[in-house]
Amino acid sequence: MIDKRYADAALVVADIGDGATILIGGFGEAGNPTELVHALIDQGARDLTIISNNAGNGDIGLARLIALGRARKMICSYPRSSHGHAFAEAYRAGKIELEIVPQGTLAERIRAGGAGIPAFYTATGADTELATAKEQRMFGSRAYVLETSIRADFALIKAEVADRWGNLIYRMAARNFGPIMATAAKVTIAQVRRTIELGAMDPETIVTPSIFVHRVITVPDPISEREHLTTLQPAQSS
Amino acid sequence: MTGWTMNTVAALAAFDIPEGAYVNLGIGLPERVANHIPVGREIVLQSENGILGMGPFAPTELEDMELINAGKKPVTLLAGGSFFHHADSFTMIRGGHIDICIMGAFEVSAAGDLANWSSGSDAVPAIGGAMDLAVGARSVRVITTHNTREGTPKLLAALTLPATARCIVDIVYTDQAILKPAGDRFDVLAMAPGITLQALAAATGAPVCLALRTILDASR
Repeated sequence: MIDKRYADAALVVADIGDGATILIGGFGEAGNPTELVHALIDQGARDLTIISNNAGNGDIGLARLIALGRARKMICSYPRSSHGHAFAEAYRAGKIELEIVPQGTLAERIRAGGAGIPAFYTATGADTELATAKEQRMFGSRAYVLETSIRADFALIKAEVADRWGNLIYRMAARNFGPIMATAAKVTIAQVRRTIELGAMDPETIVTPSIFVHRVITVPDPISEREHLTTLQPAQSS
Repeated sequence: MTGWTMNTVAALAAFDIPEGAYVNLGIGLPERVANHIPVGREIVLQSENGILGMGPFAPTELEDMELINAGKKPVTLLAGGSFFHHADSFTMIRGGHIDICIMGAFEVSAAGDLANWSSGSDAVPAIGGAMDLAVGARSVRVITTHNTREGTPKLLAALTLPATARCIVDIVYTDQAILKPAGDRFDVLAMAPGITLQALAAATGAPVCLALRTILDASR
């Protein structure tokens, strides 16, 4: 019987090795798999390359992973946030490498990775400093940049509901990067608020089909980043 | 007091959005445009984090951090609204399906080049969806103060900061004027009360040329 559900968050991240490349879902607080990142912190892997739209907020989740010096490199579109001190300090101290990527290019690099497409041309970033070390080519009268796809060792994502096969349904704008990241990793680990019986999902509403998901962990009441931020000092702009 | 308040500038930009348009509003000043859509005009707001048919900011009792805008503020969803993932969101943006994008700017050049992602200082760089919107939206419009806080022009003959995209800005709405990048100059479509062409020329880092259009009453 297929059952991708795990009882313990420590088990789902146990085989993440030093130097691993990891996709982490979320846009702002929505869709952030904070408890999976905390399990990764406890597990101890270091020298990680993290691909995520943002670079953490406050002192939890990805921000904490970065503050602990565990990430070697961030591939990211918007590493600023209301309480973005963890990344800003590591970046200014030269302790973390940043590959800044336009958000749509980031999404497409991940989508392409999941679809077996090694590279693609996009108009985004053409004739800007982001294109300096890249191949640029004219199609018609317009300049395009060659971008390579992204594949990762692991994807850590958050969804609302799963079944034992790993079918996923998301909630509102927390969907964001989850469905594409799930396709682009060797091992996709989903944190969900609840699981339901196989067959109880309306097949028309399944967003991520089970083939893209390998492990599921239930976190019924995840940490609220917003509540966490209220416990911090007034916002440090970064 | 001469010039428009930035709320009036937002109202002027809102007035130029036609019925039925699909529109993406950037973080900060552009968000204010949503407050000034003329009554009875139906437009659809897209938020690049996966929302189409985005409504106003959420009242406190309805705030939900899984329904946020690109600036991470809690919003609402209108009837007819939908959610989707990032590849679909940027298919809308990069595939030319967004009619109008309104963004902020550090600098705009007379050729229509836009700089709004890197201030060139040691601040952490951040692009977000700006580069995709700049090349993908059918019409790119900028709302900004005419000058920097230090009083230097933001509208220039050529960018001094890293470009977001080249030759893509259609219209610039500032507290002093509405201008159109015209290659080697800015055409002035409208001027705020109390602003003279001489004063505007002095506050702009490229030639300006009068090309006034009729501005309808945007004060509703």
